[in-house]
Amino acid sequence: MNIVVCVKYVPATADRTFSPVDNTVDRADVDGMLCELDEHAIEEALRITEADEGEVTVVTVGPEDAAEAIARGLQMGAHRGVHIVDDALHGSDAAATSLVLAAAVRRIGYDLVLCGMASTDGGMGVVPAMLAERLGVPQLTLASRVTVEGGTVTIRRESNTATEYIEASGPLVLSVTDRSNEPRYPSFKGIMAAKRKPVDTWSLADLGIASEVGLEAAGTKVSAFAARPARAGGQIVSDEGEGGARLAEYLVGQKLV
Amino acid sequence: MSEILVVVDHTDGAIRTTTAELLTCARRLGEPSAVFFGAEADAAPGQLAAYGATKVYVLDDAAYRDCLVAPKAEALAHLVADRRPAAVLIPSTLEGKEVAARLSIKTDSGLVTDAIDIARGDDGAVHTTQSVFGGAYTTTASITRGTPIVTLKPNSLTPESAEAAAPVEVETVEVAVSDAARAARIIGREPRENIGRPDLADASIVVSGGRGTGGDFDAVEAFADCLGAAVGASRAAVDAGWYPHAFQVGQTGVTVSPQLYVASGISGAIQHIAGMRSSKIIVAVNKDAEAPIFGLADFGVVGDLRPVLVQATTEIDNRRAAGA
Ligand SMILES: Cc1cc2nc3c(=O)[nH]c(=O)nc-3n(C[C@H](O)[C@H](O)[C@H](O)COP(=O)(O)OP(=O)(O)OC[C@H]3O[C@@H](n4cnc5c(N)ncnc54)[C@H](O)[C@@H]3O)c2cc1C
Ligand SMILES: Nc1ncnc2c1ncn2[C@@H]1O[C@H](COP(=O)(O)O)[C@@H](O)[C@H]1O
Repeated sequence: MNIVVCVKYVPATADRTFSPVDNTVDRADVDGMLCELDEHAIEEALRITEADEGEVTVVTVGPEDAAEAIARGLQMGAHRGVHIVDDALHGSDAAATSLVLAAAVRRIGYDLVLCGMASTDGGMGVVPAMLAERLGVPQLTLASRVTVEGGTVTIRRESNTATEYIEASGPLVLSVTDRSNEPRYPSFKGIMAAKRKPVDTWSLADLGIASEVGLEAAGTKVSAFAARPARAGGQIVSDEGEGGARLAEYLVGQKLV
Repeated sequence: MSEILVVVDHTDGAIRTTTAELLTCARRLGEPSAVFFGAEADAAPGQLAAYGATKVYVLDDAAYRDCLVAPKAEALAHLVADRRPAAVLIPSTLEGKEVAARLSIKTDSGLVTDAIDIARGDDGAVHTTQSVFGGAYTTTASITRGTPIVTLKPNSLTPESAEAAAPVEVETVEVAVSDAARAARIIGREPRENIGRPDLADASIVVSGGRGTGGDFDAVEAFADCLGAAVGASRAAVDAGWYPHAFQVGQTGVTVSPQLYVASGISGAIQHIAGMRSSKIIVAVNKDAEAPIFGLADFGVVGDLRPVLVQATTEIDNRRAAGA
C-alpha cells in the first residue's frame, strides 16, 4: 500500500503571532517545527507499510524552511519527500492548501492519504475533509485506532456522543488523532539514512495551478488581530486550613452557588 | 429578507443550546431557516421557532445517520444551490466542522470555523470573531467569497428568544444522496453512557482534575456534583488512564467555555489552556504557587486539592442546608 502523508511545518509553540503587514500567521522570523500532531500520521503510515508493504511519501506545502518537516519524516522512516514551495502560496487558506495537496497526491499516486487531526498553529482541522472532497474519495477522519485488512480500512472515532466504528475501501483519506499511536523518535541510523532519501521540490506550475491560491484568492480576509488582554490579577490565597471555605465564599460572592 | 441556513444540533429531536445560539446569530444576518437531519423532527419546529426560525427543512435518510459527514455536506450543497441563502451557520462540533469543510469546497465559498461571534459588517459582508493560538489572540475576519459558511463554538453567546415567534413552515426535503457519499459506513456505534452530569461541551460549570489528583477523582467529582457541573480532565490524567478521553479538555480534546472553570491539580500547559481559556471565571487549586494556571485564575488556592475541594463541598452543602 503506497501512502502519502501530509505534514505541516508550523511555528514553534511559544512563537505564534501575526504579521502586522497583512494579518497572516507570521512565519518569517520564528522557529518552526513539524506539527506534533502530524507525527502520529507518519507513525501510522510507517506501521501500515511495515505490516504490509509499500512506500511512504511525506508531502508538505510551505516555505523553504518547511523542508525541515520533511527531513524529520524521513528520519522517522518515510521513504521519500515532496516539498511544494512557491511565493504565490503566501497567505493561502485551507481551501487553497487542500487544492495544492490534492494535485500533489494525485501526481505522486496513492492508495491512502494520511493526515494529522489538525495543525497546531491555529489550524482548523478541515484540510483532510477538504482533501477527500477534492479527490472524490471516502474520508475516514479523526481515527483513534486504525485497522487495515486487504483494501478495507476500519477506524474507531470518538464522536460527541458515542464511539463509532467506520469502514471504507481505498483509495481514501485517513486522519488520525493523538490517541492513535505513540510516534517513534528518529534513531541515529534513521537520521543518517534520511540524508540519502530523495526529496522533490515542486512549484505551483509543476502542478498546473495558477491563480486559485494565495492571499488574494482566499475566501476570507482577516481584518484585525489583537492579543487577548492579560487577565486582571486574580486573587490567590494560600490554604492554611480554610482554603476550601474561602473558595466556597468566593463562589457565593460571584453568585455561582 | 435574505434566508440564513442553520444546521440543527439535536439529541433525539431535542435541540441543543448551540442551536439556539446559532439562531440568535442568524437573526442578525437575515431570516433563519433551520435544517434538521433525522427522523425525530416532531417537537423541533416549536423549539426552533422560539429562537426565530421561520422555516424548518427536514431531511431524513439513513445515510445521514449511517455514513460519515459526506451525505450531510451533499444535502446542504443541494439546499444552497436551490435556496441561495445569504449564509450557512453550523455548530462547531467535530462533525459540524467537517461538514462545513466539504460544503465550502462544493460551493466554492469562504469558511470560518470556531467563530465566537458573527455579525453583518457595514460593507454588508458576514464578519466573524475568532479566538486563535490557544486563546492568546482574537481575530476578526470577513468572508468574501461565495455563500459564507461559519461554524460557531458552543457557549459563545447567550441565546435570545425571538420577540414574536412567527408561525413556522415545515418542509420535507428529499435529496438523492450519491453512492460516493455513502462510501464511509458507520458499522458500529457505542453510545456513551449517560452519567447523569451535564455534557462537557456545553456545561455552564466544569470542574477538571489533572495529574495532581494522583488518579483519585473522588474529590473532583463530589465538588462537581455539588455545583451541578460537568467533570473534565487534563491529557496527563487521561493518558494515565484515570479518566476517559471523552472528558479531556484542551487542544486535542473538548473546548469548553463555561461560566466557571475549576482546574484542580492542573499546571496550565498551553495545550490545556487552549481548551478552556474563554471560560468566564477561572478558579485554580494547585499546590505549586508557581503553576502557570494561576496566571489565568480569577481566584486561586495554593494547596493540596483534596482537602480544599472537600472543604469547599462541605461548606457549600452546609450553606444550602442552612438556607433551605
Ligand atoms: C500536540 C499536543 C496536544 C496536547 N493536547 C492536550 C489537551 O488537549 N489537553 C491537555 O490537558 N493537555 C494536552 N497536551 C499536554 C499538555 O502539554 C500537558 O502535558 C498536560 O496538560 C499536563 O497535564 P497536567 O496539568 O494534569 O499535568 P502536570 O503538568 O504534570 O501538572 C500537574 C499539576 O498538579 C499539581 N499538583 C500535584 N499534586 C497536587 C495536589 N495534591 N494538589 C494540588 N495540586 C497538585 C502540580 O503542582 C502541577 O502543577 C497536549 C500536548 C501536545 C504536545
Ligand atoms: N500546508 C500543509 N502541508 C501539508 N499538509 C497540511 C498542510 N496544512 C494542513 N495539512 C494537513 O491537514 C491536517 C489538518 O490541518 P488543518 O486543517 O490546517 O488543521 C494536518 O494535520 C496535515 O496533515
